Amino acid sequence: MEATGLGAPKPRRSAGHRLADLFHGRPRLQAGTLLAGPVGWLVIGYLGSLAILLIASFWSLGELSGEVERSFTLDNFKTIVEDSVYRTVTLRTVGIAAAVTVTDALLALPLAFYMAKVARPSRQSLLVVAVLVPLWSSYLVKAFAWRTILSEEGILNWALDPLGLSGPGYGTLAVWLVMSYIWLPYMIIPIYAGFDRIPDSVLSASDDLGAKAWMTFRRVIWPLVFPAIVAGSIFTFSLTLGDFIAPTLVSSTQFIGTVVKSTITTNLPLAAAYSVVPILIMIIYLLIARRLGAFEHV
Amino acid sequence: MESSSENGSRPDVHLVGLRKTYGEVVAVDRVDLDIRRGEFFTMLGPSGSGKTTMLRMIAGFELPDEGRVELAGTDVTDLAAYDRDVNTVFQDYALFPHMTVGDNVEYGLRVAKVGKDDRRKRRAEALEMVRLPGYDDRKPNELSGGQRQRVALARAIVNQPRVLLLDEPLGALDLKLREQLQIELKQIQREVGITFVYVTHDQEEALTMSDRIAVFNEGRIEQVGEPESVYERPANSFVAGFVGVSNVIHRDGGTFTVRPEKVRLLAPGDPTEGLVVEEGRIADVSYAGMVTRFHIELEGGDRLQVARQNLEQTSHEDEGMRGERVKVAWRREHTVAVAEQQGVGQSTEEET
Repeated sequence: MEATGLGAPKPRRSAGHRLADLFHGRPRLQAGTLLAGPVGWLVIGYLGSLAILLIASFWSLGELSGEVERSFTLDNFKTIVEDSVYRTVTLRTVGIAAAVTVTDALLALPLAFYMAKVARPSRQSLLVVAVLVPLWSSYLVKAFAWRTILSEEGILNWALDPLGLSGPGYGTLAVWLVMSYIWLPYMIIPIYAGFDRIPDSVLSASDDLGAKAWMTFRRVIWPLVFPAIVAGSIFTFSLTLGDFIAPTLVSSTQFIGTVVKSTITTNLPLAAAYSVVPILIMIIYLLIARRLGAFEHV
Repeated sequence: MESSSENGSRPDVHLVGLRKTYGEVVAVDRVDLDIRRGEFFTMLGPSGSGKTTMLRMIAGFELPDEGRVELAGTDVTDLAAYDRDVNTVFQDYALFPHMTVGDNVEYGLRVAKVGKDDRRKRRAEALEMVRLPGYDDRKPNELSGGQRQRVALARAIVNQPRVLLLDEPLGALDLKLREQLQIELKQIQREVGITFVYVTHDQEEALTMSDRIAVFNEGRIEQVGEPESVYERPANSFVAGFVGVSNVIHRDGGTFTVRPEKVRLLAPGDPTEGLVVEEGRIADVSYAGMVTRFHIELEGGDRLQVARQNLEQTSHEDEGMRGERVKVAWRREHTVAVAEQQGVGQSTEEET
């Protein structure tokens, strides 16, 4: 020991050092400080706006004034449930979301299998990039591109014309086509990850134990990759359910999104009430997905 | 190479001129091999020596570029894995994670459309054999590594294949468990009488379990024989070094090897008739409990490892001998002439 002596003053500690001492051995304080920002945003920005939406759905529009009256009423929900127009639009939207989800699952399964289990590693990463690149371009650009493709004088009709055929034109079919295209990467990536998690040796083992390709698919691959399909379907289903841009661009058909958008300026409480419908549908969907094991590995 | 069909019966596995390349790399280079019915046959070699590729070609996971695979006299070279009467135990177990232990074991039987009662009976027998009775309803992720490997074994054996292929099945387990399972595997093999083809890089495991061993190096077989012949009479310096300790010395233009446990440190006045005597200096001493290993730098060149069983000495009293000059000796018949071979001195403790 050097003879600095007992009376030597303690070296001054920097502010950062003292702050570090404050957090040392206090895991709750550490976690609290780290999470304060994100949790605050979640509660105020996200759940708060949802709460306001929910509250607004119980207001009404004054019959004479046309002003929003802030008193409790269930009339909006009654309208949505009883008016056949809203019921039809709701069913149509759920139908298109289901159709898009099934289409994307059918397209993504073989592609993701090829990416994860067949392609060489170099090609594998190339394919992952190829799947992700469309996500970098604006949604609006892609939807508009399809509007051009599908238009009366568009490239699709031009290409099909010599064969004596014509494209679907604008309408519900076009919405299904565009949505399936735009949301496809959200289905491919989870399924690709799901296939990637299955060790090659497990597939070899099935082969080795006498199972031909179909049997291996049915008994080993399908049950192992199914939760990943459900996980992907959450994206495709919910994104289709709430969309209003693609339907506006390639059809004049009404969906939940387009109805909310057109009602919001004329009858805010009714628009708010109708917005609750897709939220309820998604809550039910997520509960089913959890039962099917979609969250076990994600 | 040893003649393989000496007992007249047809070999269970008959491999002719097998060759497999991956791009520029020759994994297996025109190998001929016969494996007899009911024997415990081990393919031993360092990683990348072609032993696993051989196994995968027998299983049907890889197709050879050249050559034939015959099982019980039938050419199966072009048959898919699911059509071959062989089953595999994988190093990573490859259990179906979504199925219970019982369903895993029954998988092959279910695929083969065996009736339910028969399936239940055979599954119970197989789980009994691997000492996991009553584990039917567990999931693989609830089991330890050793238990998983037992399930993998039961899943393969329950199909009563002609040949069972085992790809470093104990590689992921710790030493104690490995030693225990080695003994159990050997017992099970005797009980069921199925031909076992076992791949390992662990020479001790190979010596313990096998009826015969093939030593692989760079896609070729260096020697095939019973454990004691591979160990006591290595065909060349590679086998001498890989199976055991590389005690290779060069004298009078020849290459020789002598096993470390055959060499003694001579005390003054010890008789030396019938012995080969060499002088040297103790370069290193390592105490390993059961034995103490002396690394001797011989006057005539080369290093020799001497293992002395600790019959009397109990502790580190030999440590002080480092640097001392000693005489070492061994019986003349324990000197084995070996062919010089590339790859001498390759580590025997190489891990995959």
